[in-house]
Amino acid sequence: MGFLDNLINGISLGSIYAVIALGYTLVYGIAKMLNFAHGDVIMVGGYLIFTCATTWGLNPYLSLVIAMAGCTVLGILIEKIAYKPLRQATSLSVLITAIGVSYFLQNIALLIFGANPVTFTSIVNLPKISLFDGQIIIKSETTAAIVVSVLIVVGLSLFVGKTKSGRAMLAVSEDKDAAQLMGVNVNRTISLTFAIGSGLAAVAGGLLCSAYPVLSNTTGAMPGIKAFVAAVFGGIGSIPGAMIGGILIGVIEILGRAYISPQLADAIVFAVLIIVLMVKPTGILGKKISEKV
Amino acid sequence: MKMLKKLLTLSLAAAMAGTCLASCGNTSEGGSSDNAGSSAGGENTIVIGGSGPLTGSAAQYGVGVKNAVELAVKDVNDSGMLGDTKLSVIFEDDEADAADKAVNAYNTLKDKGMDIMVGTVTTGSCLAVVDYTKQDSYFQLTPSASAQDVIRNDNCFQVCFTDPNQGRASADYIADNGVAKKIAVIYDSSDAYSSGIFNTFKEEASAKGLEIVTEQSFTKDSKTDFSAQISAAKNAGAELVFLPIYYQEASLILSQSASADYKPIFFGCDGLDGILSVENFDTSLAEGVMLLTPFAADAADEATQKFVTAYKEAYGGEIPNQFAADAYDCVQIIASLIKQEGITADMSHEDMCAKLTAAITGGFSYDGLTGTGMTWSADGAVSKNPKAVVIKDGSYSALQ
Repeated sequence: MGFLDNLINGISLGSIYAVIALGYTLVYGIAKMLNFAHGDVIMVGGYLIFTCATTWGLNPYLSLVIAMAGCTVLGILIEKIAYKPLRQATSLSVLITAIGVSYFLQNIALLIFGANPVTFTSIVNLPKISLFDGQIIIKSETTAAIVVSVLIVVGLSLFVGKTKSGRAMLAVSEDKDAAQLMGVNVNRTISLTFAIGSGLAAVAGGLLCSAYPVLSNTTGAMPGIKAFVAAVFGGIGSIPGAMIGGILIGVIEILGRAYISPQLADAIVFAVLIIVLMVKPTGILGKKISEKV
Repeated sequence: MKMLKKLLTLSLAAAMAGTCLASCGNTSEGGSSDNAGSSAGGENTIVIGGSGPLTGSAAQYGVGVKNAVELAVKDVNDSGMLGDTKLSVIFEDDEADAADKAVNAYNTLKDKGMDIMVGTVTTGSCLAVVDYTKQDSYFQLTPSASAQDVIRNDNCFQVCFTDPNQGRASADYIADNGVAKKIAVIYDSSDAYSSGIFNTFKEEASAKGLEIVTEQSFTKDSKTDFSAQISAAKNAGAELVFLPIYYQEASLILSQSASADYKPIFFGCDGLDGILSVENFDTSLAEGVMLLTPFAADAADEATQKFVTAYKEAYGGEIPNQFAADAYDCVQIIASLIKQEGITADMSHEDMCAKLTAAITGGFSYDGLTGTGMTWSADGAVSKNPKAVVIKDGSYSALQ
C-alpha cells in the first residue's frame, strides 16, 4: 500500500514536471535554444494567478486564462527583446542570455512582490478520489496534473502535425534557411513557439502552486531545472518524450526519497540523468542531432 | 593605435572603479542618515544593536523582534528607570542568512556604534556572528537563536531554550500528558535548529517509553514536496507527528496532509510560532496543532496583557508572537542589568561586556513575559519552565 501511495505521489509530481518540460522541449525543438528562463515564467504565471484570484477575488479559472495571456505576452516580449537579436549568434551566447533573463525575472518579482513567500490558494476544484477504503487518496491536484498534461501532449502533437502553423514549426526545426526560402515566416513561427511555451508555463505555474502552495520569487527555479532534466531524459525536442521523462523523473525522485534517502533524492535524479546521457546521449525518444550546447 | 587602445581601456577601467567607489560612498551615507535619528541620540545614549530577518521566509520572527525591541526601548526610556541614560535601537536585516549577510549586518551595526547586541534572531545567522562578537567583546543576548552552539563563547546568552531543552521538554510533555504513544518525526536534516531538537527528542522519547515509528527528513533544497514523508508517517500508523521545524515548511506539511486525508496530532516547537500569520494561509488547517513555546498572547497575567495591548496599539493590531515576547524580555533584562551595574553610555563596549557578563551569571534573576525566575548559568543557557499552547479557533491558547 505504501509503495502504491508513493507511486501515485511520484506520478503527481512527475506530471507537473511533464507540463514544464513540454515548454522546454517545444522551444528547444523549434528554436534550437534552451530557454532557461522558462522556470521563472512559471513563477510569473503563479503570481499572476495569485494576484487575480486571491488579491482581486476573480474566478480561479478566469485567473488562469488571464495568467496564460499575460505569460504569452511575456514570452513573446522576452523572445523579441532578448533572443531575437542573437539569432545568428552561437548557442552559448543565447544560453547565457537566457540565464540572464531568468535572474532578471526573479529579481523583478522580488522587487514587486517582496521576499515574503505567499500561500497560494489551490485553483483546482475537483473531488478527491479515495481507493481501498481511504487507504490511498488521490489528491485533486494529482488528477488535474495528469489530465492536463495528457491533454497538452495530445493537443500539441495534433497542432504540430495537422495545422499549417504547426507544420511551419516542423519546417523551421528541420532547417531554418530552407523554410524561409519556402515562404515560411521564421520569426513569426519562433514567436509563436515562445507564445505557446509561455502559455503552458502559466498552466504549469497554476498546477505547481496548487500542489505545493508556497509562492516566492524562486518558486520556478528548482522545478524548472528538474523539468529540464526530464526534457533531456525523454529526448529534448520530442513532445511525448517530455511527458515520459517528466513522469519518470517524478517517480524516481519520490521513490528515491521514500526508499533510499531524502537527502539523496535530488542527487539520484541527477545521477540518473548522467547515466541516461552516457548510455543514450539523445534521451529516450530523442533524435540524433549534431548541435552542442 | 595599440597604445591608444590601451589608454582607452585604462581610462575606462578607472572610470568604472570611480563609479564603484562613488556608489559605495553613497550607500553608506544613505544608510547612516537613515538611522541618524536613532543612533545619534546624544551622549547619554546606550545603543542596542539588533539583527534579524526583516525579509525572506523567516521575516515574521525578525519583524516581531524588531517591533518588540523598539517597544521595550521606548518603555524603558519612558519609565526613567535608567535616570539620565537613554537606550536607542539600530536594527539590521540579515535575511536569516547563515553566512555573509549575517556578518554584513553585524559589521553595519558595529559601524553605526552599537554598544550591546540583541540578536541574532535565527540560529544560523547567530552562529555566523558569535565568534566576531567574542573577538570584538560585545555583550550578546539572543532572544531566539536556540542552538547549543550559539552560546559556546562566554559573552553570549540566550533568553529562549536551547534546542536540546526544547526536544527534551517536548518529549516530556507528550509522555507526561499522555498525548500519544506512536510518533513520527519530520525534520530538516540540513538545519542545525531542527536536527538539534530532533536528537534530544529521540533520546528523551525512548527514555520515556514513547515509540518513534518513523524518522523522516528533508533538506533545504527539497522542501516543497512532503508527500513521501507524509505517506511514510501515515503508513507507520503514527498518532502524532512531531515537527521540530519552521512554520513555512510546516504550513506545507499541514496542507499536504490535509489533502492526503491524514489527520494526526501535530506537535512542534517555537519554530511553528508564526504559522497563523502566514499570508493567505488557511488557519483551519492548523486547528489543534500543539506547540511548545514560552509565551501565549492570550495568557491572563497582567504583564502579558499589558505587553500585548501595547504591541497591538503600536503595530496596527498585530498580535505579538513568542519571538516578540523574547525580544521584549531581552531589552528589559539588559536595562535591569544596566541599572544594577550602574553602566553609563561613556563606557566602552568592552567594559560593558565584562560587567554585564559578570552580572548576568552572578545571581541575577528576572521575571519576564517568557518565564519567571529566569537565571543564567556561565555556559549561557537560561533556566525557566516551558509552556505548551494549542491552536484553537485560529489563535494560540495556553495548555495546562
